Parts: sequence; C-alpha cells; structure tokens
Amino acid sequence: MYNKGTIIPGLIIFVLFVTFPIWFNGLKAGTLPKPELPPGGEKKCVESVEYMRANHMQLLNEWRDNVLRDGNRTVVTVEGKDYRKGLQLACMQCHSNKEKFCDSCHTYAAVKPYCWDCHLSPKEAVSKEETH
Amino acid sequence: MDKQRRKFLKIAGVTALAGIGAPALVRLSSSNALASEHGAAEEHAAEAVHGAPVEAAPQGVRLGMVIDMRKITAQPELLDKAIAACVDVHNIPQFDNKKSEIKWLWKAPFENVFPGESSYHLAKNVEETDFAVLCNHCDDPPCVRACPTQATFKVKANGIVAMDFHRCIGCRFCMAACPYGARSFNWQDPRPYIKKYNKDFPSRMRGVVEKCNFCGERLALGQEPACVEACKGTGAIVFGDLNDAQSEIRQLLDKEFTIQRNPSLGTKPSVFYIV
Repeated sequence: MYNKGTIIPGLIIFVLFVTFPIWFNGLKAGTLPKPELPPGGEKKCVESVEYMRANHMQLLNEWRDNVLRDGNRTVVTVEGKDYRKGLQLACMQCHSNKEKFCDSCHTYAAVKPYCWDCHLSPKEAVSKEETH
Repeated sequence: MDKQRRKFLKIAGVTALAGIGAPALVRLSSSNALASEHGAAEEHAAEAVHGAPVEAAPQGVRLGMVIDMRKITAQPELLDKAIAACVDVHNIPQFDNKKSEIKWLWKAPFENVFPGESSYHLAKNVEETDFAVLCNHCDDPPCVRACPTQATFKVKANGIVAMDFHRCIGCRFCMAACPYGARSFNWQDPRPYIKKYNKDFPSRMRGVVEKCNFCGERLALGQEPACVEACKGTGAIVFGDLNDAQSEIRQLLDKEFTIQRNPSLGTKPSVFYIV
C-alpha cells in the first residue's frame, strides 16, 4: 500500500470525527425522557401504551382524514368516557400538559412536529379564555 | 428471364394500385356507419336546442343558506352578533389593516356583493345596509378545481366546500379562482391577533388560506352554524338542506324571491339572499 503512513491515521481520525456524538456522551444515550402520565389519573388510552408509543402519529393522521375527509367523527369511548377524534378534543383532555408529555420525548428525539403551529395546547387555550 | 421480369412488373403494379386504393375503399365502406352516427348526434343536438337541457335530479344532501336582508336591515346588530359568534367559534384573528384581514363571514355593500346587478337608484334601505357575505359553498366550486393539493374539496355527504388546513401549501390559486372573494390568506402568524381562543378548534398558521366551513364541526355535534344560532328566532339566516323539499329552507325558497351572487358563472352558489 502506498502512503500507508497518511491513509491509516487519516481513516482513524475520520472515524473518530464521525462517531463524535456517540463517544463524547460516554457511550450513553443520555437520560431517557419520562413523559408525564395524565394528571387526572386516567389509566387507559384509546390504544395500548406500546401501540401509542410507536404509532400515535399514524393514529392522528387517520383521525384527521376520518374527520375532515370522510366525515367520520364517531366518538372514541374509553372506560365509559367519550372522546371526539382530535388532538385538542381527545389527547389533550387527559395529557393536559403538553410540555411535560409531548415535548419531553419530542425534544429528546429532536423531532419537531408541526401540530402546534395550529392546534392549541391546553396552556395556550387557557391563556386567552378570559380576555374578550 | 424476360418473361419473369414481365410477371414481376405486373404483380408489382397491381400491388401498388391496391395499396393506393385501399384507404379509399376503407373510407367508402365505413362512411355509411360514420354518416349514421353523425346524424344521430345532430338529432341529439336538435333536441337540446328545442327543450332546455334536462339537469339530473340532485342527489343527497346539499346544505345551503338563505339570508333575509329585510330582517338584517331592520336589526343591523344581528349581523354583528353573527360575525362575533363566527369569530369566537373559529379563532379568527382580528387585524386592523385590510390587507391582512381574515374573513369568514363579513359585511359588504350591495354593489360589491352583487356587481352584476344595477345599483342605480337603489332603494335607500338596501343602499345603506351592509350585506352578510360568506363562502357560497358552490355546487361546482372553482376553488376546488384550482387547488393543486386537494386541500380544499367538496364533502360528498353534505355539499360543504371544506378545507384541510394540514394540506394547504398557501399557493393561493383558490383565492384567484374564487369569484366571490370568500377566501383569506394568513400573511402572518394569526395567533397574537386572536382575541379569545375556542379550545375545541385550532388556529391557523402563517401561509395558509382559510374560509367559512359552514361550521362542519358544529353540525357534527348536531348544532347549528354559529351565525344561524346567533340570529336564532329572528329568521334572518335560515340554514338547511336544499335538496329536501320539506326543509324549512326550501319552504322559504319556494315562497320568496331570492337572488344569488353572480349566478351567470355557473358555480351554483348555495347561499341565497332575500333583498
């Protein structure tokens, strides 16, 4: 091999540089987020915890299409309580703290869902309830 | 050798003639069929000329609205109440400048609402009253045809021209297509300009077009549209199914003379006015 002396150290430096985020944090994934459980004490969601953890975004998209496109607004009943399909109408009724629930994981995973560009978090909705 | 060449030339000549003649033959033989088809088409056209073209009977629900301007002229505060109800229910921002204005249900003078009608020597009460204007929820909506992402579409179940704000890319083709100016664009983040939030309805974001949705979300709950509810008991705004001969709105349409905004465009508006 020609120029062995430059290529091999070069490769080593490159690999170290690329894996910087991994080893810099001590080969740990950081503290795992603990999304807050519903403050109201609700124990059951519309689907299992595992399903919601993996697929809540698909469920929200399905609901959106159901409601807006197909006019299918059938309520979802969980333990005798009715929820209308919708982020503001169902999810946030129990998970009333967006910052401690939604944001905790989204920030950790560095995803920026644009739900909140339009949908109101409970905190925001209350902020302008009194003024008229 | 010579004989063979002679034979070849003969065959070649006949083949060439057949080749040239074939299209003519085909045309001749098929011209009969063509001619009869043509005749049928002509007959059909003649029918259309003699009798007015028969429109297919409307199917399903088509929601519509009758706005009785006589009642609004008598009580102009009704319209203010209706607009306020609409603004509250749909988190509509209130801007001071005309350019940023977001309009679902708004006021406009007669000559702007009905530019095709003469406003020369208009009755004083009509001239001085502001008309209630909103999306016409056309039966043949030009905005739906213009939308490249199908963010705006006609709901099959009730004829409402609805919007899926998630899908709007803000190209504003629909605004150019709408002949009634019923669509508004969010030039800036509307949130700071919303006076009061309805926690059951989203706001919109910058770069999205919005318009009246005939309160689709309230209808789903069995409620009347906000503006209709605000004028309840006065009969200023009547809402219902235009295809149901027994509905209140049809009874009213059968009884009163109504006008629509720019019907000559063929958009078939679902909003009617009693002037």
